[in-house]
This record gives sequence, C-alpha cells and structure tokens, in this order.
Amino acid sequence: MSDILEILKERILVLDGAMGTMLQQYKFTEADFRGNRFANWEQPLQGNNDLLSLTQPEAIAAVHRKYFEAGADIVETNTFSGTSIAMADYHMEDLVYELNYESAKIAKQVAQEFTEKEPHKPRFVAGSIGPTNKTASMSPDVNDPGFRAVSFEELKVAYKEQVEALIDGGADLLLVETVFDTLNAKAALFAIEEVKEERKITIPVMVSGTITDASGRTLSGQTAEAFLISISHIPLLSVGFNCALGANQLVPHLEVLSAKTTMAVSAHPNAGLPNAFGAYDETPEQMATQIKEYLEKGLVNIVGGCCGTTPEHIKAIADLTKNYNTRKL
Amino acid sequence: MHTNNSKIPLTDTNQQATKAQRFLKLSGLEPLVVTADSNFINVGERTNVAGSKKFLRLIKEEKFEEALEVARHQVEGGAQIIDINMDDGLIDGKAAMVAFLNLIVAEPDIARVPIMIDSSKWDIIEAGLQVVQGKCVVNSISLKEGEAEFIRQAKLIKRYGAAVIVMAFDEVGQADNYQRRIEIAKRSYDILVDKVKFAPEDIIFDLNIFPVATGMDEHKRNALDFIEGTQWVRENLPHCNVSGGVSNVSFSFRGNNPVREAMHSVFLYHAIKAGMNMGIVNPAMLEVYDDIPKDLLEHVEDVILNRREDATERLLDLAETVVGKSKARTVDLSWRKEPLQHRITRALVKGIDQYIVEDVEEARLAAAKPIEVIEGHLMTGMNVVGDLFGSGKMFLPQVVKSARVMKKAVAHLTPFIEASKDKSSGAAGKILMATVKGDVHDIGKNIVSVVLACNNYEIVDLGVMVPPEKIIDAAKAENVDVIGLSGLITPSLDEMVFLAKEMERQKFKVPLLIGGATTSKAHTAVKIDPQYKSAVVHVNDASRAVTVVGDLLQKEKSEGYKKALKLDYESFRDKFLKRTKQKEYLSLEAARENKFKIDWSSAKIEPPKTLGIQVIESFDLTKLVDFIDWSPFFRSWDLHGKFPDILEDEVVGKQAKEVFADAQVLLKKVLAKKLLKAKAVFGLFPANTIGDDIELINGEQQTIFRTLRQQSKKYGSTPNIALADFIAPVESGVQDYMGCFCVTTGFGTAELAEEYEAALDDYNAIMIKALADRLAEAFAEYLHWEVRTEHWGYAVDENLSNAELIKESYKGIRPAPGYPACPDHLEKLSIWELLQVKERIGVTLTESLAMWPAASVSGYYFGNPEARYFGLGKIKEDQVNDFAKRKGISKEKAHKWLAPNLADE
Repeated sequence: MSDILEILKERILVLDGAMGTMLQQYKFTEADFRGNRFANWEQPLQGNNDLLSLTQPEAIAAVHRKYFEAGADIVETNTFSGTSIAMADYHMEDLVYELNYESAKIAKQVAQEFTEKEPHKPRFVAGSIGPTNKTASMSPDVNDPGFRAVSFEELKVAYKEQVEALIDGGADLLLVETVFDTLNAKAALFAIEEVKEERKITIPVMVSGTITDASGRTLSGQTAEAFLISISHIPLLSVGFNCALGANQLVPHLEVLSAKTTMAVSAHPNAGLPNAFGAYDETPEQMATQIKEYLEKGLVNIVGGCCGTTPEHIKAIADLTKNYNTRKL
Repeated sequence: MHTNNSKIPLTDTNQQATKAQRFLKLSGLEPLVVTADSNFINVGERTNVAGSKKFLRLIKEEKFEEALEVARHQVEGGAQIIDINMDDGLIDGKAAMVAFLNLIVAEPDIARVPIMIDSSKWDIIEAGLQVVQGKCVVNSISLKEGEAEFIRQAKLIKRYGAAVIVMAFDEVGQADNYQRRIEIAKRSYDILVDKVKFAPEDIIFDLNIFPVATGMDEHKRNALDFIEGTQWVRENLPHCNVSGGVSNVSFSFRGNNPVREAMHSVFLYHAIKAGMNMGIVNPAMLEVYDDIPKDLLEHVEDVILNRREDATERLLDLAETVVGKSKARTVDLSWRKEPLQHRITRALVKGIDQYIVEDVEEARLAAAKPIEVIEGHLMTGMNVVGDLFGSGKMFLPQVVKSARVMKKAVAHLTPFIEASKDKSSGAAGKILMATVKGDVHDIGKNIVSVVLACNNYEIVDLGVMVPPEKIIDAAKAENVDVIGLSGLITPSLDEMVFLAKEMERQKFKVPLLIGGATTSKAHTAVKIDPQYKSAVVHVNDASRAVTVVGDLLQKEKSEGYKKALKLDYESFRDKFLKRTKQKEYLSLEAARENKFKIDWSSAKIEPPKTLGIQVIESFDLTKLVDFIDWSPFFRSWDLHGKFPDILEDEVVGKQAKEVFADAQVLLKKVLAKKLLKAKAVFGLFPANTIGDDIELINGEQQTIFRTLRQQSKKYGSTPNIALADFIAPVESGVQDYMGCFCVTTGFGTAELAEEYEAALDDYNAIMIKALADRLAEAFAEYLHWEVRTEHWGYAVDENLSNAELIKESYKGIRPAPGYPACPDHLEKLSIWELLQVKERIGVTLTESLAMWPAASVSGYYFGNPEARYFGLGKIKEDQVNDFAKRKGISKEKAHKWLAPNLADE
C-alpha cells in the first residue's frame, strides 16, 4: 500500500458519500435483511444496515464500486454500528467480529480492483468506527446527572473487538467518526493504541467529530478547539468534522481546526440540512459550490460526504478538488 | 468551473510556525493553551479534601450538590484549572472521585475549565481519567517507586490523553537541593520523552517549594534552589512547564499575613521570571509586588534569594514591627493596670488564670455579697466569651480555657458564699450528662459540659458507662431540666433508643440531647425521636449546644421551639426514609458473584517471618511521637483542617497553634514521667477463606472471622467487597496468612484526668484523653509498620514518611471491627479469645464491646497488596440471616448488632 501521508502532502483526497442513502434505493425488505442465515432470528432485523455485509454483500460491494468510480480515494466500511454495544439492540453482539471482518474484506477487494486498474490513484479502505448509541460523559436520565449508561472500560472493550476485526479484514486506515461525545472517541483511541502495541503495527487513524447545532459545540459541549486538544494525544492522520450540518455551516469550525493543527483536516458534511420529511435534497452542484469555499480558503486535506450524499455528489466534489492545491502539511 | 485564483497560498508561514510550536494545551469544554506569552496559570484547590475542610465535610456527607458549588465558586473566582483531590482515609476516594467528576461534567459553567486529577493513589487517578472527556492534568507521578512503575503510569496517562505533574521525587526521596532537583527533573524528562514518547509540552514539573526563614541553615536556600532549579529546567528541558504550591514558602511566618503576602509576591516574582508558569496560589494571600513597603521588600528578598547571612534574623526583627497581625513576643502586662472588670474580662477571654484569684478577691472585698462577684464581674466576662464564641471569633479550646479560669474563680468564692449562706447562685438550668451503658468515650461529652457550665448551667455529670436506670434515677433525684446522652461506638445508638423508650414509659417530659461521633440527625430522627413524645435534639458541636439548651429552657420560646423540633424531625424522617428506599441492592448471592477478584494462581504471598502470638509489655512511648496523626486531635477540639496546614489556617490557625503547643507541653510531661503505659499483643497466623468466612489456625486452635459483604448495587466493574476477598480461599490450594492485634496507651489516662479534674483543670483533663487516643492510634500505626517490615516482613524495603503513613500509602490494611469495612463489633470477642487480650495486656471489653481503657485500638492485618479500605454500607435481610446462621446466633441478636447497617430499617 502506498503511503497515504505522502499522497496527502501532494493532493486533496476524496472520501466516499453516504452508505445508508445508497442502500435505501435497494428497498430491502425484512426478508432481504435476514437472508437465509438469519431467517429465524428472534428480533426484527430490517434497518440493521451493517448486517447487509453478510446477507447482501453484492449490494455493499456495488456501492463501494460506485463511489470509487465517482472519484473517491477512500471508502468507508459498512460498519458504522459494528460494536457489541450498538449491536445489542439486535442481540447480535456475538456477530461483531464477523460483521467487521467481512465488511472490511468486501471494501478491500473492490479497492484492490481499482488500484490495479489505476496504479497512479491507489484506493484506500477506512474502517468506519461509529460513536455507539451510548454516551460515556452524559447521563441519559435528566434527573440523575451523575449516572452513566456505559463506562470507558466497556466502550474500550467493545471498540477493541471492532478494531481488531477491521484490521484483520484488511482496512488500510481507521476512521473514528461522528464523535458526539469525546470520551467515547477517547475510549476508541485507547483501544486502537492497545491493538497497535499488542500487534506491533502502525495504522493511520482519522478522527471526525460532530458539531450538532448552531451553538458550535459537540453534543457533549466541547468547542472545536477543545475537541481538537482532547484527541491530539495520539498520532492521527487527520482530524475533522462530519454529519449534522451542511457544508456551509461547517466552515467556521473547519477554520478553527485548520488554524490550530499541523495534522491533516477532513470534512464530510451532509447534503445540507434534512427537509421536513427527513430527506436531504441538496443537489451535487449546490454542495460543490459550498465545498469550493473550503478549497479556496485551503481548509481541508480530505473531503467527502455524509448523510444524503450520493456518487453524483462525490463526483462533483472530486472534479472540484483537481483544481486546487491541498492544505499545506 | 472557476480556475483563476485556484492556487492560493494556504497558510502564511507565521501561522504555520505558531502551530508547530509546542505548548501545553488542555481542555474542558473550552481550550486552555499555555503559551510563552500566557500569564501565570492559577490552579484552584478548594475542591481538594486536604485543602478545604468545608469540601471534605461535604464529600464525607455526600453533599455533592453543595460540593459542586465550591467548584463553581472557584471557576467564577478565576481558577483556570480545578484541582480535585479525594484522598482521605474515611472516603472511598475512587467512588467519590468518579461521582463528583460525573456531576461536574454535567455543569457547563464548571466543566468549561480543565480538571486536575489529584491523588496519591493510581487507581483513583485512573478512575478519574476514565470519566473526563477533556484533556486533564494528572497530579502527580514520580520516580518514588522506581522507573518501571513510573513508565507504566506515564504510558497510561499518555494513552488517556492527559498532561502530567512530575514531582521531584525519586527512589531515594524528595529533592531538597538544587542539584537533586535538576538531576531528578532531567532523569524524569529523559525517561518520559525518550522511552515513553511523552510530549514534552505535556510535562509539568513540581520542583518542591519548601519553607525559608525557618532558622535552620539547611533551609536557607530552599526558595533560591527552587527558583534556580526552575530556570535550569526551563532552559535545559525543552517545552516543559513548572508548577508548585506557593504558600509553603512562608510557612514559618504563619500568623503574620503581611509578611507572608509579601513573601508570596516576591517568591512568585522571581520564580515566574525563572520560568514557573503555573501553580496553586491563594489570591487572598498575595500582596501586589509594587505595593510592598520598600524595607519589607528588601528584607523579604534577602530571605527568598538568600542574600545575607543574617537575612532570617533581620526579617524576624522587622516582622515584629510590621503593622497588623504580628504577634508580640514578650508578655505584655500593661493590662494589669486597667480597671478591675477589664482585668477579669480579659483573664476570662484570654484564659489567663495567673491573676484571677487575686482579682476576684479584690472584687469580693468591694462587693456587698460574694455572690455578686459571680453574678456581676464573672458573668459580665463570661458573656463576652459567649458572644465571641457565638460569633465565631473564639474557638473551643479558648472557651475551655476560659472555663478553667471561671472554675478557679468560683472555687475561690465558694467558701465565702457558703459562709454567707446564700446558695441561690441562680443557675440557668440543670443538665444531666452521661455516656451511655457500654461506652467509655467522653471527650465530646466533657467539652459540651464545660461549655454549658460556662454559660451558667449547672451540670450533673454521671461519667461513662452509665446504665439507663441510673440516668433515670439521677434525673428524678436532681430534678434536671435537660438530659444529654453521648456515645461513640455504634451499639450506643441502641442504648439511646432504649433510654428514650424507657423515659417515655415513665412519662418523662425532660428534653433529650443526643451527641457523639456515631450519632447523626438521621439516626436521631428515624430511631430515637419516634420513641419519645417530648423534645429530642441531635447536637454535635459544643457551640450549638448552648443555643439549643437556651431555646429549650427559655420560657417564652420553649413550647414553640419544641413543637418546631418535632415537626422538623418528622419531615426529616420522612425524607430520609423515602431516600433510602431508592437505593438498589443485590441479593447476597449476586453480591458474592461480584466479589473483589484476586488471581491467586499468580498472587505472591509472603509467609510471615514469625508466626504465632507476641506480646509487648511496656513500650517506649517516645518512639510513637513521629507516628502521631495530629489532624483528628484538632477535630476533637472542633478545629477542622489537616495538620500541619491547620496551623496556618486563616480562621482557626491561631487557636490550632495554641492548643497544639499546649499538647506538646503535656506530651513532653507524659513522656518524661512515663505517665501512660503502652502495651500490645498481636499475632500472625495461617489463614484461608471459606465463602465469606476467614478460617485462621493457631496451633490446635481454630478461629473463624465472619466478614460482611457490600450489597448495594455497583455500576461498571466495581466489585461488592468483603474482607474475605483479600485472603486466598481454601479451594485455591494457596496457603495465605492474616493477623490480629490490640494496642493500648490508655493505662494511666483515667487517673491523670481525675487529677486534673480535681485541680479544676478540665482543659488538661480533656487534653490527656485526646493525647492518649492519638498515642493509641500512633501505636497501631507503629506496630503495623513493624509487622510489615519485620514480623511479617512482606515490605522489608518500605520507606514511607509519616505523611505517607497517614495517607495509607503502604501495602496491606489494618481494619478494625466497628469501623466501616467491618462494622460488626462481635468479631472483637473472637480477637480477644484468640489473642487472650484481657489476660495478656489487660484491655477489656464492655457489654457494648467498647474497649477499656478507651485509648486502645484493635483490628486485623491483611497483607495482600490489593487489600484496601472500603465501607460496607447497607446490607439486606438475606445477609443478616446468613450471618446469624454462620455465627450460630439468633436472628434477633444479629439484627441488634448490625442495626446501623440494615437497609430495611
């Protein structure tokens, strides 16, 4: 694998867009989600997108392929909810290793096809590590602010399992993303460091936080700079923001990161804010116009899309980046 | 697409350079970046149980909401980082740290600043790091326990994403000169940066600020060595930071704030110039450098920078003249020339008994009747004392001294009053005081008695171990107005309940006061108050006793006050009962599942060097002086704070110093004349656990200790601990060991106290008991040390200071039956039988299982390095029944002895 850091110094890398938005177009039924293997599973499984890596692997590979074709350098594995904590909703804690391993394997295979075809533009697989559905530094009970639904230790153990499977399945990098509680991210980073040490390996790590609203803070209350400081203790490939906001609203926060860090900066915003029906309707052209501001200001090294973005959005972004220098590293 | 100005330079070189610079960066919800241009970073330390007695009290009482206010106040007051420390023997530090941090995180106006997690215990630090999202500072680590442990901790701190304070401390000890400071700093730095790959900007050195002007030559360079050390560190160890606690430097000028404030400013002025960039400074104790008078500035700088041979002497001389609070060194007798009433008032307020007989005699000769001297001169003086005490301007030891003067005066007048046959001294009321059956502790009771006596109440003191029928008979015979009950050990609580029932049965109406260390408003409200229709009040400090008794007995207020009390206790009771129901408990079985697990296959168990029982007949008390933990001594005088800091406390410092000085005088006397006897018996035995029981073998004899297990539901990986968890179970096949002990320094105390009481010196009567208690604790500490390093010998290399002993930094524990880890007193009987305590050293057990003499300590020794102190908390019915069955006693008996720990009552 070519050294991604060297490539980053030369040009802006493009990350893929939404997996969920693409899978919605398949209109998979409960039976499709189950496949043969989980036909008799006790819980309803529709909506467990991560499971599709086992039951509909061709669809997952097809989505990855579309994003690479659109010009993405990096695709994310279909493992956003791939921890024992998030999978507990489906009673699938025991499948976590397999889910991550297979997801990474599918993405890696597609990436290799493209790298072989276009050796000048190597493709990478980022193991997607989501925030889980529990927060380590906030109480779910407003009447008991000292209560915590999950501990650092529990998160660390869960993340470690995911990280090991992603690496075993062939992920080139790890992406700790949609961080709304920095303590969860710190547990993930702790787990990654343990794996690195135990296996005596290095693997590039990206961290991407989420500024939830106009307050300009993460859900757990940190400003962009406080978030940056809180996760800078281990060597990272990049730090950035994704989700929750459209490309426009992210600008001031990316400016903070860009000014305060020597690491690469990433952004993968939503296709605008959701409309009244919960759908994202910003067109590829509209989104690209906004992303242009990032490039003109030299704010980012990696850019892609989150909720509501499609291969068309990514193509518009990829075309745009060719005209700009990367942010200096 | 637009391509015109696409190749824009991205960042100007200047900005790139700033980013690349390595600054200490911390975060709460908001960032804190310490650049070369930053002002001195002030760390708030009121959220430190060792630094703030108020915070300690709040944490002990689990009043976390109020404790949060302390933190909020700090941040509002400008603290840029808050230091949080929960190191106290009576607190479950780990649980308190986690609980408090979790609450802080939920308060955005506090959580905006970074947190300094402060503990001498690694597990507390790690627990803290696991609950804070921001980048914290760990306070602290050092090479004290060697390189391997230092590296292990530093690696974890790095992985948790925190900065670290490194103390200038190594295997040999604390750095106390320039050379040692820079050597240890360099060595620590090299290890951190080269081996651990720790970011150098995340290293903060604490280079030890020690006092100057102590009068000792070796302390002369203390400030200068720190300043020069700081400069060397900042010049030679790139990117790191220097911090420290500033108030230490002026320790020898405690009481003279103008000089201290000047010293702090001068010290900081030079230390900051040398590169100190953060620290703990009390802003109230800081003079503006430019506002320091020129001569004072010069003298202080001479001392701080060690510029002259005679700097200390010159500053001491000047300090005398510094206007304000400096203390006269020679005794000023000019007050003797003032009018008679002034002299008597002054003698009472200052507690000077030298001239009182002379003055009272003068008053008597001038008065029509001798009683007028009491009602006039003396009461006028005592009213001043009462007012000052009530408004917090006098402290308990002073009041007790005042009482001593008062007693002397009254003793002089009594024969004249008797002669004039005028007995109506007009006491405000008659109060019966007693320590209940089975209990021998009376320091608190005596203090309350003395203070009430000062306020003109007549005291009927029945002493200690008073059976209920005697209290009731005496109350009737003396026709008392109030009954005060005291007790320190838990069974005394039941005695009080029993007495309240009995008083109700006999249709008493006399108000009941409840006091003593184990009593609480909760227990009084829930258990005692419902038994008695008349007023019951919980009073735990002497100053409140006066107002409470006043309100109870004052005719106009009395009825209304009593009604209000009843209502208050009723609503308190309701709230309390509701609250306790909300707690969740595990079944005994589930709690056992979640035991504290030790891997016995890899545990290293050191067999004791000497097995069996040993007796120490007459021990040299002088060896114990260094082992005394003075903080509880001050608590027995209602002076709260940690020793030695309490001596310089702004509020109680002066008093603390005086009572400490008086204690030293008495201690010297006790040591020189061998007035107290110290004896001990202890034994080390093979032991293994069977379930929650510990089976111990002494020759042919087998002793079984029943331990109790925590049952409240724990979160995360916190175990439900029982003492049995620290000993290898039989089925592990591993031979383990444990010990038991009893020490006493109490023989002689009662006789001495009686002598002082006979001489009307309640102050020293209380003092000797307080001292004997301290010596007993010191003896227990000493013997534990000897056991660790010699008789058991699992810690032969141990080298801890007294401060570290008090902080319980050693390996292994010595829990005592009747205390939080094992609140069941019954196990004392097993210790007594096993060690033959009574036969060997004469310490006996009362029917409530209190030890006599009172200044005695007994307990167990656990040697496992993982053994730790914990509080049992509440237990459920299933465990009580199981305990009764294991012990072969009735359920009723088990209930009675475990009453304070039952969740369902």
